[in-house]
Amino acid sequence: MATITIDKVSRWFGNVVAVNDISMTIGPGITGLLGPNGAGKSTLIHMMSGFLAPSSGAVTLDGAPIWRNQQVYRQIGLVPERESMYDYLTGWEFVLANAELHGLAHPGAAARRALDLVEMAYAKDRRTGTYSKGMKQRVKMASALVHDPSVLLLDEPFNGMDPRQRLQLMDLLRRFGADGRTVLFSSHILEEVEQLARHIEVVVAGRHAASGDFRKIRRLMTDRPHRYLVRSSDDRRLAAALIADGSTAGVEVDGRERALRIEAVNFQGFTTLLPRVARDAGIRLYTVSPADESLESVFSYLVSA
Amino acid sequence: MNPTVARLTLRGLLGRRRGILLLVVPALLLLVSALASGAGGDERDLTVKILGQLGLGTLVPILGLVVGTGVIATEIDDGSIVYLLAKPLPRWQIVTTKLAVAIGTTWVFAAVPTLLSGLLLYGTRDGVALGYTVAVLVAGAAYSALFLLLGVVTRHAVVAGLAYALIWESLIGNFVAGARTLSVQQWGRSVAEAVAGDAAIGADVSFGVAVPLLLAVTVAATVLASVKLAGLTLAGDE
Repeated sequence: MATITIDKVSRWFGNVVAVNDISMTIGPGITGLLGPNGAGKSTLIHMMSGFLAPSSGAVTLDGAPIWRNQQVYRQIGLVPERESMYDYLTGWEFVLANAELHGLAHPGAAARRALDLVEMAYAKDRRTGTYSKGMKQRVKMASALVHDPSVLLLDEPFNGMDPRQRLQLMDLLRRFGADGRTVLFSSHILEEVEQLARHIEVVVAGRHAASGDFRKIRRLMTDRPHRYLVRSSDDRRLAAALIADGSTAGVEVDGRERALRIEAVNFQGFTTLLPRVARDAGIRLYTVSPADESLESVFSYLVSA
Repeated sequence: MNPTVARLTLRGLLGRRRGILLLVVPALLLLVSALASGAGGDERDLTVKILGQLGLGTLVPILGLVVGTGVIATEIDDGSIVYLLAKPLPRWQIVTTKLAVAIGTTWVFAAVPTLLSGLLLYGTRDGVALGYTVAVLVAGAAYSALFLLLGVVTRHAVVAGLAYALIWESLIGNFVAGARTLSVQQWGRSVAEAVAGDAAIGADVSFGVAVPLLLAVTVAATVLASVKLAGLTLAGDE
């Protein structure tokens, strides 16, 4: 059982604050680190894996500082986002080298076990430079698991993977989580995190936006006010009909855009209400577009919530 | 020495295009020596010029630069160094192993051709070939350590190394006598002169100064590289 503790950590690069006063605890099981691109996820993972010093605060593994402490790597397995991995080596040579570098008593046996675990034994004699993205990811996993670590850190592990590879990797991570290992992976894709992690940490613009059970956070995301831009054959009549319903909090007639700006408080209710109201009133809908559906705006809402 | 680090480093160094470059430079020295050996004239003077200017003055810094930065800068650039660093290995062990590979490679590709060129041009007479070979061995070690350090501390190691070798040692060193005191090439020349005992090998730095400086630079660069590698920061792509 291993726990990573991030205690009041900030990290800045010159004038840019990448991580701003974040505290979180990553314990056994799978944790998803969710946030839009540029939110500070990689910076956090780099600090958790000892490749970046916090500008302030402390990052520890079971109480021991991670920065400049090579002994933590006996417990940590790291799957970096970058793909470079000694392309001139075969999968076998690469994983074996990692086992040897850990100083394991039986590096050959450990490498074999790790390659079997990620189901890459069949391609072990091919150069890693010839691997597909998914194969590379799995061999990177094998190299991270070769010393049987209690902590597994993965930076955007699903990037560029096809759906089948994604499912395979998810299965693998689920098994590690079920084994009681501490697994942390970062992602900017909500659905990915949803499928894998029950516990999530949300980071937005360097700040810790939310933490806890995924379903609760998801509900918070779904229940937020949604804004839509709607164009129809009769905007004013549509506005009057919509405001009469409780799922609409506000309607603004935008004369310049020749459209309605609608704020819906009940997402489910509004999506069924709008077409029904339009049909009943004989109004044709030309445009219905969400004005704030980007992940960034969803996350921003969480920060302010 | 860590055999796995050594194996990975050597394969990375010789397996890429760099391997060809490592062969081209010494081949050029041997070719020039072969052509010059039949040219006549003052053989000793010619040998000193070729081994001093082309060998010690050009071949060694170029190879030192290619090899010294190649053993670590490439891995830092492409991020694969993570796989070495995310291990319970002392950083000094990674640096000394990589340095040993760099020095060994520089010796094979610079010292051996220098000795062969010397023998081809002037045989074993006056100890000129031996003097320059020893000079290349010590200068090669110092360059390797220096350029390995550059590979750790800057993303522009090759440019910084070229600036040192071409601008400081060759250009400024040619015009400003004082600059020669801080020149690996001149320290090597001093060692060559001491080994050969030959007046033709002129050195601007005394042997008593050159040897401690060679040792100090090699050791200090290695220690500093280890310290810097221990605190190597991998900034995110964000």
